[in-house]
Amino acid sequence: MSLTTFDGFGASVRRFSPRLLLSELMMKQWFEPVIPFFVMIGLWIGFSFAINDYASSINALSMLRLFAEFGFVALAMAFSLITGGIDLSVGAIFAFCNFAALYFVLVAELPVPLVILATLATGAVLGGINGFLIGVLKARPFLTTLVTLIILRATVNLLNTYYAQTFAINSTDSDAWDYIGSGAPLGIPLNAATLLVVLFVGHIFLSRSRYGWHLTAIGASRKAARHAGIRVRTMLFFTYVLSGVLCAAGGLFYAARQASTDSTTGVGWEFQALTAVVLGGVSLAGGKGTVWRAMIGALIVFTLTNGLVRMGIPGYVTSALIGMLLLAAVGIDVKWSKNRGKAIQKTYVNPARVALAAAPSVAAKSASPFAQNDRLLHADAIGLDQVEGPEDVILDRQDRVYGSTRDGNIIRFSGPDLKTREVFAHIGGRPLGMQFDRDENLIVAVAGMGVYGITPAGKSYKITDETNRTWYKLNDDSRLRMADDLDIAPDGKIYFSDCTTRYEMTTNTLDILEARPNGRLVCYDPATKTTRTVINHFYFPNGICVSHDGRSVLIASTSLCKVFRHWIEGPNKGRTEVLIDKLPGNPDNINRASDGTYWLALVGIRTPTFDLSMRNPGFRLRMVKQVPADEWLAPGLNHGCVLKFNEAGEPLESFWDPTGISHSTLTSMREHKGYLYLGGLENNRIGRVRLDGVDETWTGFDAYWGSKRRDRS
Amino acid sequence: MTIDAARGGASGALRRRGRALLASQEQIVLAITLSLIVIFSFALSGFATIDNFLNLLRSISILGILGLGLGMIVISRGIDLSEVAIMAGSWSIALIEMQNGMSVPLAIGVALLVALLIGCFNGFMVAFVEAPPLFVTLASAFVIYGAAFWFAPAWVVYAPKDSSVLTFLGAGRLFGVPMPILVFLFCALAMHLFMSQTSIGRFIYAQGDNPEAARLTGVALRPLMVLEYSIVALLAWVAGWVWVGTTGSMQMAIAQGTMIFDVILVVVLGGISLVGGRGSVFSVVVGCMLIGILLNAFTIMDVNSEVQNIVKGVVLLAAIVLDNFLHPRDEETARQGD
Repeated sequence: MSLTTFDGFGASVRRFSPRLLLSELMMKQWFEPVIPFFVMIGLWIGFSFAINDYASSINALSMLRLFAEFGFVALAMAFSLITGGIDLSVGAIFAFCNFAALYFVLVAELPVPLVILATLATGAVLGGINGFLIGVLKARPFLTTLVTLIILRATVNLLNTYYAQTFAINSTDSDAWDYIGSGAPLGIPLNAATLLVVLFVGHIFLSRSRYGWHLTAIGASRKAARHAGIRVRTMLFFTYVLSGVLCAAGGLFYAARQASTDSTTGVGWEFQALTAVVLGGVSLAGGKGTVWRAMIGALIVFTLTNGLVRMGIPGYVTSALIGMLLLAAVGIDVKWSKNRGKAIQKTYVNPARVALAAAPSVAAKSASPFAQNDRLLHADAIGLDQVEGPEDVILDRQDRVYGSTRDGNIIRFSGPDLKTREVFAHIGGRPLGMQFDRDENLIVAVAGMGVYGITPAGKSYKITDETNRTWYKLNDDSRLRMADDLDIAPDGKIYFSDCTTRYEMTTNTLDILEARPNGRLVCYDPATKTTRTVINHFYFPNGICVSHDGRSVLIASTSLCKVFRHWIEGPNKGRTEVLIDKLPGNPDNINRASDGTYWLALVGIRTPTFDLSMRNPGFRLRMVKQVPADEWLAPGLNHGCVLKFNEAGEPLESFWDPTGISHSTLTSMREHKGYLYLGGLENNRIGRVRLDGVDETWTGFDAYWGSKRRDRS
Repeated sequence: MTIDAARGGASGALRRRGRALLASQEQIVLAITLSLIVIFSFALSGFATIDNFLNLLRSISILGILGLGLGMIVISRGIDLSEVAIMAGSWSIALIEMQNGMSVPLAIGVALLVALLIGCFNGFMVAFVEAPPLFVTLASAFVIYGAAFWFAPAWVVYAPKDSSVLTFLGAGRLFGVPMPILVFLFCALAMHLFMSQTSIGRFIYAQGDNPEAARLTGVALRPLMVLEYSIVALLAWVAGWVWVGTTGSMQMAIAQGTMIFDVILVVVLGGISLVGGRGSVFSVVVGCMLIGILLNAFTIMDVNSEVQNIVKGVVLLAAIVLDNFLHPRDEETARQGD
């Protein structure tokens, strides 16, 4: 629906930008393992051509059986890396547990379940030694585990020579033991199936459980984790225990499968596992990585070593190749983690070309309805220096004035001459557009937060802060980024603009400079309490006003300098059309006028240079990159202008403050009982001018919910 | 706030007192070494002879030369796990070239060139790519092993028998003292002067103490790091020369073995802390003495090499834990990943 609406806009078709795609891809966490994933697939395809019968399910299954034990060891390495440490003793623990399992089966002749338990316990104890040294004594993981690697390896070699004969003579005829070695539930080798289950559990543990988060937190910043009250030492201890248990699981399956132990079992596995997990995208710096990344890396390393061996390539070449892989992976890891943010920042802003319609003349004393005058120059000032940037103003039935200010407040002025100032409510965020609903609750669009309501008693409550996600967008756009203005239809639905999904309140200038349809029109239905995006991809939608007849919504597009009408009732329901094509400035809020027409504020006045820059995206890109923000080209902001236009979109008259002294950057105006109240994004007051020849009993509230409604007549 | 400061001050004073009580690690090691000499002299027959002492010193001189390089890099807060691989790789390539007819001096130059190239590469990876030195040198050790095997596909490459230039450093004697000892002493003296008398040597200490502060003071850290890793490679080359002279061959297997841990053991044991900036050439010398005596005693007692590994491992572990205890890492400033 959004796209068809958009075709209706004619010129404004969203252009594809490779740069934009790249910057959005780089922001994605899942993008990092994509490259190793394709390397893995590529390797598989490469070996399929080089080796006969490689691409067969029998080969795949037998390779899975060979792989699973290495998978366990790589997983153990991944866990220790994620905590910011390292466990180099994984290969030695694996070999030790392989020996232990054989010992328990062949010499101690324990029943199989006990063998499993005893082997895993052995792994836990060995890991516990590392954990004690690293977690409790705070020794350095790399050297500590390097030394435990040497000690364990020497111990295994000693034990091997001592028990070699015993192992050769004894044998077991336990079916359960054979099943561990060669069983295949559902055709999948048992060890691979177990690995898969462990991976799932490990994934849930790491990404969904409290302790998994603690592990990641310690890896990301040990100091911060300690300050947050995480028991760093205990967690580290148990990480190495976990690492030991995982290696033990690998050793157990290896023992059952091979039923032999020698001095080469697991030699160099720590190095391969390290290469694997770093290659998969588990960061050496800690705090980043998933079990799946570790497995992708492990599969790459395994496929490579296994394939090279089968192609008859000598072991030292493989060794050198893996060394180079590790060097490359470490280099890329370091550089990428350091520069990722910078790379995203450099590619984030992607200006597009926008050819604006010719700007109408605003020359003073001309016949044009836009002709400059000084009707706002002497506006009364309400709350001078008592409000900071009232983006929107509104009046209630008791004639009190409300302004939404920069500091997250709704300020209310009341009493005779509106001298009494009070903070009606503090919402936070940046409150922008406001409207009263039927029950006199003040509904406010809050940039950075969503849509909030305030009861007449001044109590605020959340209405909505998210909408449906666009399924084909890389950016998760479900959160409301910058709710800007809102209006309420006769049926109570709240229509509001979310002017950008790529920027924030503080950076929304960039969205205008980018000139892409990043905004949207969203509707909240109080009957079902659901929020849905009505128009996706809209060029900076700003002011929203439900038409007098309640059948359409008027939308001001700040970056396109146009006003659109979107039908919500009647035969054209769902269609969007241009209402005002040519405006002399960037439109902001739209509000109803007493005579059935509309008021429109212009926040900036177009200049030929700015219009030219809109046709030159390269110029704007260079400007954003090379020039400090306060030197950027902008529309003329030193004017205040309010327009009046009728239902057909024809401009009728304009009110100007050509000096910008009282009211520059006007963003809002409300008519109330013969006066026009003015609010501006950068103003230090709320303005008021007397209107001539208007209905002096007309109020906004009555026009929506009371006697002045026009939609029933 | 004040309470914390007071507590910090108190514990700092305690630590200073502790350090004063414990003397320095070098002195402890020296004392242990001397007492071991006394014990072994009585316990082991054939230990306390001039021949055995010269033999002992000769056997540790290669370890000592390697230890000087590693000690310097550890003082600079780095580490080089590829030192033994550099030694083995560069010299096995040189020896195979000699077998293929290259003149001996030229081949020795080739070995030097290969070693320095690897050292520069390690330095580049650490200084400019900013990859952790542990991983860089671990990986490059494997690459060197594989690449050297590619050029010289043999576990043992033999040196030509008739070259006195090649074997003098390893097998020769000067005034009755085996040359390896003299080479070690010369290297130790040179390294001592370099580390204590030259500004570059002081910069290395400054870098090890606090790299960021050294950088802000104006020390060109990156070129300095490349230089450090090149010096390690240079010493590996010297050690290789002695090795070739002593054994008449070069064994590739040592690149994959546990020899590098002996070197680390020598360095850490002598009191060169892994936190960097602490220790001196003297630390390497006393560390070397202790390990030499242990190894010599093991040999005399005919201890299984696996048991030797276990004992050395446990001693190294103890040294690391002791180092950690003497130079505790500050949880607030400790960096990730070392």
